[in-house]
This record gives sequence, C-alpha cells and structure tokens, in this order.
Amino acid sequence: MLEIMEGSHAVAKSVGLCRPGVIAAYPITPQTHIVEALADMVADCSIDAEYITVESEFSALSACLGASAAGSRVYSATTSQGLALMFEVCFNCAGMRFPVVMSIVNRAMGAPLSIWNDQQDSISLRDSGWLQLYAEDNQEAADLHYIAYRVAEDHRVLLPAFVCFDGFILSHTYEPVDMLTRKQAESYLPPFKPYHRLDAADPISFGLFAAPDYYMEFRYAIDQAMKQARSIIPEAGTEFSEMFGRDYSGLTEAYRIDDADCAIVAMGSICGTVKDAIDEMRNAGKKVGLLKLRAFRPFPEKEVQKALAGVSTVAVLDKNISLGSKGAVALEIRDALYGSQITVLDYIIALGGRDVRKKDIATVVASAEAGVGDLFYGLREEVLK
Amino acid sequence: MRELRIHGRGGQGSVTAAELIAVAAFEGGMFAQAFPAFGVERRGAPVQAFVRFDNHKIRLRSQIYEPDYIIVQDSTLIRDVNVFQGLKEGGIAIINTEKALTYPFPKGVKVITIDATSIALRVLGIPITNTTLMGAFAAASGEIKIEALEDAFRRRFKGELAEKNIAAAKEAYRFVKEAS
Repeated sequence: MLEIMEGSHAVAKSVGLCRPGVIAAYPITPQTHIVEALADMVADCSIDAEYITVESEFSALSACLGASAAGSRVYSATTSQGLALMFEVCFNCAGMRFPVVMSIVNRAMGAPLSIWNDQQDSISLRDSGWLQLYAEDNQEAADLHYIAYRVAEDHRVLLPAFVCFDGFILSHTYEPVDMLTRKQAESYLPPFKPYHRLDAADPISFGLFAAPDYYMEFRYAIDQAMKQARSIIPEAGTEFSEMFGRDYSGLTEAYRIDDADCAIVAMGSICGTVKDAIDEMRNAGKKVGLLKLRAFRPFPEKEVQKALAGVSTVAVLDKNISLGSKGAVALEIRDALYGSQITVLDYIIALGGRDVRKKDIATVVASAEAGVGDLFYGLREEVLK
Repeated sequence: MRELRIHGRGGQGSVTAAELIAVAAFEGGMFAQAFPAFGVERRGAPVQAFVRFDNHKIRLRSQIYEPDYIIVQDSTLIRDVNVFQGLKEGGIAIINTEKALTYPFPKGVKVITIDATSIALRVLGIPITNTTLMGAFAAASGEIKIEALEDAFRRRFKGELAEKNIAAAKEAYRFVKEAS
C-alpha cells in the first residue's frame, strides 16, 4: 500500500525491515534523517539492533567491519566527506569480504564546501570493491536495500554494497512509497548466514599479511566476485519483482530506447527528469531514449552493449568528474562500445546541486546531435572567456 | 500537473507546509511530491519549498520555475525576492500581509491577501503562519480538502497543538471562501 513519506524515512524503515544486528553511523548532512530514524527505532525497541555511537565515520565503518566479522548483519550510512574518511576501511571491508550494506546519500566533495548533490563521493570509491547501486526515486532507494543485502551476503559474492541515492533531491523529498511488510521482508531476505566468522572455539584470522606471491590472487578473487554479481543482482532483482511486482530484474533499465537514434545514459534521480524530457522530445518527433544504469559496480558492460547497439549517438550525463580526464560513466560507456561506430559524448552536469530542468536535457540532446560534447554543461559564461 | 511554490523565511515552517500539503493531497487520492530548496538555512533568511500535484506518478525532479500557485508567508519578502517569477497566467498568489499591498502585481494573476499573522497570533499564540496559510491554500486552489489537512495536522502535531492549528487553518479557509 502506498504511503507518503520522506525519502530518508522510507530508507530507514526498509533498513529496519532488513533486520541489521548492528548499526554504526556518524550523522552528516544530508544523511542525518536516516540515522536519526534508525536510532529512534533502536531506542523504542521496534528493531532489535545494537546502535553503536561513534566519534567519526572512520570508527563507524570500523565498528561495522568488526561486527560483520563477528557474524552480524550490519548497516551504515554516510555521504561526501564522511565517505572520504572511511576510505581505508572501505577497501578493508571489500578485501576481507564482509557484506556490509551502506547507504550513500550522494553529495558533492569539498573544497569548496557543498552540502548539495552530485555523485562524486561514491564514484570516488569506484575501485574499492564495493557494489554500487543507484536509485532513481525513493521507492527504488528503499527497495534496493533488500536487494543489496541479498546480493552482498550471497556466498557466491560476499562483497560490501553501496545503495546510492541523491542527497536532498531524494532524501528530503516527500513522495508516495510502497513499503514491504515485516512478513514480506522476512520472506525475501532470510537471516544472514556468514561464510566465515570470528569464533573463539574455531579461531580464524581476517585481513592478514599477503606477500607478493599471494596478494594478486586476493585481488583476482574480489574481481571474480564482482563479475559474479553481474548475474546475482539480476537474479535477486527478478525474485523481488516476482514477489512484489516492482521490476529490478536488470542491471540497467531502458526507457523508449528501441528505435532511438540518440540515447542518454544516466544514473540516479536525474533519470526521472530525463524520462519526462524524453516524452516531450518524442512528442516533437525526436527519436530519443534513456539507458539508466542501476548498477555501476559491477559495470554492466554486456547490457550496455546490447541496449545501445542500435543508436548512433550516446549522450552521457555525468554527475562527477575524474579531474584531468572525463566523467566516470562516460569512460565506462566508451570502453564498452570500443570498436563500434557509436559516438559517445560526455556532459558533466549538476555538480554541487546545480538544478537540471527538462529544457537542459533537450539542450544536451541537441548538442549531442550536433556532435558537440565532452564539456561541462551550463557553466557561467565568464569562466569560458 | 500543477505546481506550488512557497516563499517564506527560515523558521516560518515553509518546508513543513509543503510536506503537509503533499500529505493532504496524497490522502485525497492524488500523487504528490514535496521538497525544499535547501540553502544554508538561517532564521529569517528567504527560503523556498515546492509541491507538485498530479494524477499519476511524478518523475520530474527540477525545482519549480513556473508555478500554478505561490504562497508568500511574509509580504516583506516581495522587496527582496521576485516571488511572482514564472507564476502562470491564471495562477493564484496567496500572500500573508497585515496591510493592503501597493505592489504592481503581475497581470492575469489572482492575488489573495490574508492577515494570517493576526489569525495565528490569536488562535495559536505565536506568529507562525504556515498552517493558517495552508487553510487559505485549500480554499483558493481546491487541490486539497480541509478535512485531509486536518488529518495531516493530527498526524504531525499532538493533542491541543493539532486542534489549534486546525482552528487557524479553518478560519483562513472560511475567510478565503467568503472573500471569493
């Protein structure tokens, strides 16, 4: 049944229904409402979790790492500079194969200080070994947490996962969301069964020393698990779709792309605005479509190749910039389409919360059709002089 | 789709107003989306909040530039902020003011002025006008029912506080209905 609520609360309720045993987080805008709501749920015993208050994000994720090693399902949430402070622990979680699930309420990186949205934070952890899923709306943000736990804890994967959704644009927006019931959540997400765990009766060690004769094999194993997740995410998404009727069966989602000449590629909440813009452009006779990336890690290379096979031009909307190169999504798309005749153009857009309107999407499409791209969209004119 | 933009100052409850209007619209069977234009909020600084109403799922995420309705919580904002910017022809502006306004209002726009501050002071005992103006919005726009607003207030505020806010909203609702 649909209810109207703030995005942060929809996510917090879903996380509660995932039944984490340990939650550790440090409040930071715009993630705060999620962890406040979870702290309330723990305090009033509506969820049976231990909430560890910590003095920093580094400690938050370290506590999660330890609790996961002890065999608990764990949860954290952060954004921007908070995620940056977790950098070291992020690599350790992935390397020790702990299926921590963390919400990333996407926000720009300082300096200059910005509390507003882009996706530079999670994109900057691209190579850390965490799965990365991106939500278009609050329904998807809530639902992806169940799927993330299913995939992360699957013994064929055993990797930590980010569920990414845009700060303020989703986290602080009230809109209708259909929440799972406790029974539904339990039937979809069984209790966590650790593959290994710390046990005094059967001692093992995690994250020890690897000399040059073994280190590469550990990295290979993580990469193999990531590649395995390419089929496990759709498997878990398909089962969710069959049980609850909302379709998460793909690593990507195509919108009006079948006969498109120009395809937009994007991730996150901007996809909603893009869909509305596409409807208007379609009404005006333009053959435009969208390929939304739900998974960025693992990167859905084959799905991208298949979905974009028929288009002549791809306009990638990147809410991030790999400074000195291009947007991270465009780099992936160019790599996936290497050897094809498809033109891929990159548009760095909406950094630090700059608003994107339907007419901006139409301008991007017109630029792409004219072959003009690989640029920062909508810059103040004085910087171009 | 119809769109509402609320102009206020930090501390006047513009974001809460947007949320509760969306709740009331949703309970009335519509899809609704409410969100703030987050700045670095300081008490008294100009703020905006937005609501969209539609008969189907709302996907658009941009801010609202061409609203069907505006609510202005504080008429002194009009000096500093172009609150009428983009307001559609035939659109409705609800402005809280104690005295008659002499501004050149845009043509083709219905302007409703109401002394919400006096109502709020008398009924609530504090000059917080958001709930009063929501009653005026219900009457002027027809997007939300006053009963749905009452339910939304009772879910957000407790006991006597909810009832006082309902009384303030109802007084504004009657004022606008009688004036039109």
